[in-house]
Amino acid sequence: MLGPWGVAAIREPWVRWDWVSRHVDDILRALRDHVVLTFIAVAVGFLIAAPLSLLVRRWRWLEAPVFSVTGILYTIPSLALLALLVPLTGLTRTTAEVALVSYTLLILIRNIVAGLDGVPPDVTEAATGMGYGRARQLVRVELPLALPVIMAGLRIAVVTTIGLVTVTALIGQGGLGQLILDGLNRNFRTEVVVGSALSVGLAVAADAALLVVQRLATPWATRKRARP
Amino acid sequence: MGDAKAGAPVKFLSDVVSWFATGAHWHGNNGIPHRVEEHVLMSAAAVGAAILVTMPPSLALGHLRRFGVLAVNVSNVGRAIPSFAILVLMVQLVGIGAEPAFIALFVLAVPPLVTNSYVGMADVDDDIRESARGMGMTGWESVRRVELPVALPVVLAGVRTAAVQVVATATLAAVVAWGGLGRYIIDGLAQQDNVQVFAGALLVGVLSVLTELLLSLVQRVVVSAGLTHRHAGKNDPFVGAATTAEAT
Repeated sequence: MLGPWGVAAIREPWVRWDWVSRHVDDILRALRDHVVLTFIAVAVGFLIAAPLSLLVRRWRWLEAPVFSVTGILYTIPSLALLALLVPLTGLTRTTAEVALVSYTLLILIRNIVAGLDGVPPDVTEAATGMGYGRARQLVRVELPLALPVIMAGLRIAVVTTIGLVTVTALIGQGGLGQLILDGLNRNFRTEVVVGSALSVGLAVAADAALLVVQRLATPWATRKRARP
Repeated sequence: MGDAKAGAPVKFLSDVVSWFATGAHWHGNNGIPHRVEEHVLMSAAAVGAAILVTMPPSLALGHLRRFGVLAVNVSNVGRAIPSFAILVLMVQLVGIGAEPAFIALFVLAVPPLVTNSYVGMADVDDDIRESARGMGMTGWESVRRVELPVALPVVLAGVRTAAVQVVATATLAAVVAWGGLGRYIIDGLAQQDNVQVFAGALLVGVLSVLTELLLSLVQRVVVSAGLTHRHAGKNDPFVGAATTAEAT
């Protein structure tokens, strides 16, 4: 899958627009694969992180093991994690997604727990005093107040995942990393530049879109500074 | 894929063990000691150089509380640029081998170092600074004896983030024809040798976790005991404060 390298082309332009115009379909397919891989990873990550966060809030002793395990997962380099999974699940999308999901967990759980922990006790006491049960209090009072921090976590998770998806091309899962890898192997700059630029552009666009969603969902918080 | 069919995990693991037990894998240019040495030296050189270049100005700007938006946003920008892309783009600039790897790793180390150095210094309470001045310290004495020690946990968290990220990305440098432990993974994938892939991944994973643990230990040793409780919550790289951490 990794061919030999030619001599670096010195006069090669950074972008050959004629190549781009002839390969719009390929580029769009890579972009779509990238979005799909990212979306699945963050969605599944959130579905795992949300209940785990609630469990951590309920039983605080879970905090240390949950953060240790997700922290170690987060520390293992993406290529190594993919490589560890290849013998189990092969060069498949499952391998890519398992690795990608595992990187979102620490970010998401930390932010969900921190967001819920940040709800002022006065507010929860008032809700209890008004007769709110546990579930209703969570949904109607705590989650809305925690939303800015949770959304901040979601944004970090999405931007991080978009970057990591470029690596999954090394196990043949497409995405913009495939353009970068092909460009490297064929010594063709345009593909490298297009793949990199679209990946950065996608991350910036996704971050901005989520910020807009966050602002719309929490109109009362717009005066506060958004957390990075 | 032949060596990892379902039902043969024991066989596979014993193959991995014998890979590690093979004498040839412990000698020469492609031996484990040499690959570890390459990996560690390259990472240390990149992080060391990035610390020397970026930390003094970042600490100074944090002390002065100038250009904060820039110092904080460099991390947001850094997170959006995939390390793999930086690495391959560097190949386009300087060719394959050690040079693009070093430059790419250097570039990757910069954002967390800049942001955490700046934020660490800028977040030192005004009360603390004023106390230092009230005790008769000059500006420089206050920086050296009060502000730097107080900022240290956040600054070191930046070093840790940078180092772990660099060790991780050095693995990818095998893709651009450099050595290091990523060699086993990339070569293994190319040769469809899952045992080599898995062994390489184990080595990389252990090295990354060791880097993290070692730097945590350093942090625990050098940070003043009086600060450890106060800053426990402030060090969280993902929440609240503008400090950073990245997956790689």
